[in-house]
Amino acid sequence: MKKKALWPRITLVILGIVWMFPIFWTVLTAFRGESGQFVSYIFPKHYSLNNFRNLFSNNPNFPFLLWLKNTLIVSIFSCLLSTFITVSMAYVLSRLRFKFRNTILKVALVLNMFPAFMAMIAVYYILKAFDLTQTLLALVLVYSSTAALTFYVAKGFFDTIPMSLDESAMIDGATKFQIFTKITLPMSQPIIVYTALMAFMQPWMDFIFAKIIMGDNVPKYTVSIGLYAMLNQTTANTLYTTFAAGCLVIALPITVLFIYLQKYYVAGITSGAVKG
Amino acid sequence: MTYTNGLHYVTTFRTGDWATKLAYIVMGAGHLAHHQIVKGLLYLASEIGFFIFLFSDGLRLLQGMVTLGTRHQSWTYDKSLGIMVRTPGDNSMLMLIYGIMTLVLIVLFITVYCMNIKGAAKAEAIIADGRRPRGILAELATFLDGRFHVTLLTIPVIGVVIFTVMPLVYMISLAFTSYDHTHLPPRNLFGWVGLANFQNIISGDISGTFFPVLAWTLVWALLATVTCFFFGILLALLINDDSVKYKKFWRTLFVITMAVPPFVSLLVMQNLLHAAGPINTLLQNWGWISQPIPFLTDPWLAKVTVIVVNMWIGIPITMLISTAILINLPMDQVEAAQLDGANRYHIFRYITFPQILTVMMPSLIQQFIGNINNFNVIYLLTGGGPSNSHFYGAGDTDLLVTWLYKLTVDSADYNLAAVIGIITFVLSAVFSLLVYTRTTAYKEGSLR
Repeated sequence: MKKKALWPRITLVILGIVWMFPIFWTVLTAFRGESGQFVSYIFPKHYSLNNFRNLFSNNPNFPFLLWLKNTLIVSIFSCLLSTFITVSMAYVLSRLRFKFRNTILKVALVLNMFPAFMAMIAVYYILKAFDLTQTLLALVLVYSSTAALTFYVAKGFFDTIPMSLDESAMIDGATKFQIFTKITLPMSQPIIVYTALMAFMQPWMDFIFAKIIMGDNVPKYTVSIGLYAMLNQTTANTLYTTFAAGCLVIALPITVLFIYLQKYYVAGITSGAVKG
Repeated sequence: MTYTNGLHYVTTFRTGDWATKLAYIVMGAGHLAHHQIVKGLLYLASEIGFFIFLFSDGLRLLQGMVTLGTRHQSWTYDKSLGIMVRTPGDNSMLMLIYGIMTLVLIVLFITVYCMNIKGAAKAEAIIADGRRPRGILAELATFLDGRFHVTLLTIPVIGVVIFTVMPLVYMISLAFTSYDHTHLPPRNLFGWVGLANFQNIISGDISGTFFPVLAWTLVWALLATVTCFFFGILLALLINDDSVKYKKFWRTLFVITMAVPPFVSLLVMQNLLHAAGPINTLLQNWGWISQPIPFLTDPWLAKVTVIVVNMWIGIPITMLISTAILINLPMDQVEAAQLDGANRYHIFRYITFPQILTVMMPSLIQQFIGNINNFNVIYLLTGGGPSNSHFYGAGDTDLLVTWLYKLTVDSADYNLAAVIGIITFVLSAVFSLLVYTRTTAYKEGSLR
């Protein structure tokens, strides 16, 4: 038997260190006892939990608990609404045949090609016309309405369910509503879970739309813009370790969710060849 | 009868009975005369409501959209108060938004109007057959069966129209106006200027910024896509190598970096690479360099840095996808090649790589489009900087999208931003067309 080569393992270890270093460094920073944005060493002089204490101390400049609550509210409601919207769109465009189906698919394709920020300012003024700026409801509406154009992964899933299932139910006299609720939905649990979790994660990651809509109303911030705002010119140096602690607090659950979801993610990218 | 063109409406009018004819003027008349009372009343109400709106506000709003305001904001002397008082003028921006909303309403009304005529003709035909048209309850029941798609699509479509279509129409219209930092409502009016902004960007003052930014956007998208793709496949092969144990552990390790929210990992990267950041300080302490390396502040080095950092983010994604492909690749060709004495490089170059490339081509072009619009990496890492004094509102690493963002948020040049948005859209559309002509769905003649 030929002796197995050593170099692939060594390369992998080196790459692994390169890839993990920034994350490792964030963790070290979160537990670093000495404050300051820049230090000249990797391992902290002493470790402490002070950054986390500071983070949850409800400081009016960075009310992290409040931000967590805001984000949780937004993500729960936008998750419910987005999941309904995405699954409806995907189901209709995949399983039902009607006159404007191809038109809707083409329009969705074209709309997806515009850069998302292009409409950002206009969205702000439309929300202002409804007197909704600086509210959590506005964020829920904006996140959920974007969900209508992200149906490709779910549609790919519905496409794989055989049509004969629907047809036999139809022969037995089931209405389309009954087919949807009693046959397709119960079979689609994985894709519903995937859609819901993706929608749930969005408010924790987005910092552009939220910033535009919330402006300077700090108590209404979500965690991502809150943390981002902590690094402004005046506070970056004093709050950097607290920022790292905050990052750790929100990145941990998202990372766990993502590792759990990775197989759907791959399926979504490889099957969603139509996504623009 | 299908209503694919306007001619059918003429035929229907000629052949229809008096009620159907009347429905062309009084909406719902056809339904009311043919025993569909509730539907008829709803149509009638929508017509009355629409015309009340049109004559009370609608026409004025449409006219406002054409003029975009004529009265400037002014200061007049108020005798009773003894001070100058501001008289509000027209607000061009609001006039444009309201005008677009009115247009959307008119389109909606025309749709309802056409439905009214179709419905009237249908009810007439059913009566002529000697049957009775569906009552309102039976009509509502179709929304759970024959017209179930309407039920499910209503909320998503309303959302898309309000938060995507209307804003886009608004921004596209801005490309043809003079809405920039010198024409900010409510202080100033802006107006229609035709193609002047496009001209300004293609051949005017802004072209000196536009073409370098466009070129860098394309170079960036190409390099970012190719590097991530190539090294991602190599990483997948490396992990799949027979000598590597704990494959799942290695895969998960790289996937973790994908999962960290981009604003966290990129802001940390920015800190690491800062002139006073740990990498520079360590290298200085070890005596390897005497000056901090300007990773993010030197025009050329910053471009290299963003591409390298993007590899840190993008390689795991390709790794994950190509692993899935690699595992499913047929092995017989590889085995045959091994028997013929091919080495690893040959197998990769002539067998594995072409196969992966075929499968990943659509997703590759998608990633290319995604990179044209890659806001996060540039904005969080360099903020588009280092700033370039020859550019208008842009820095050396700015892409079209980040420039667009700066033009709207920082310098309030909405008209230029809108033109940039349209150009970005055209770029994406051209490359998307490439995808669709290559996918099998297109060859089968339908959009999947």
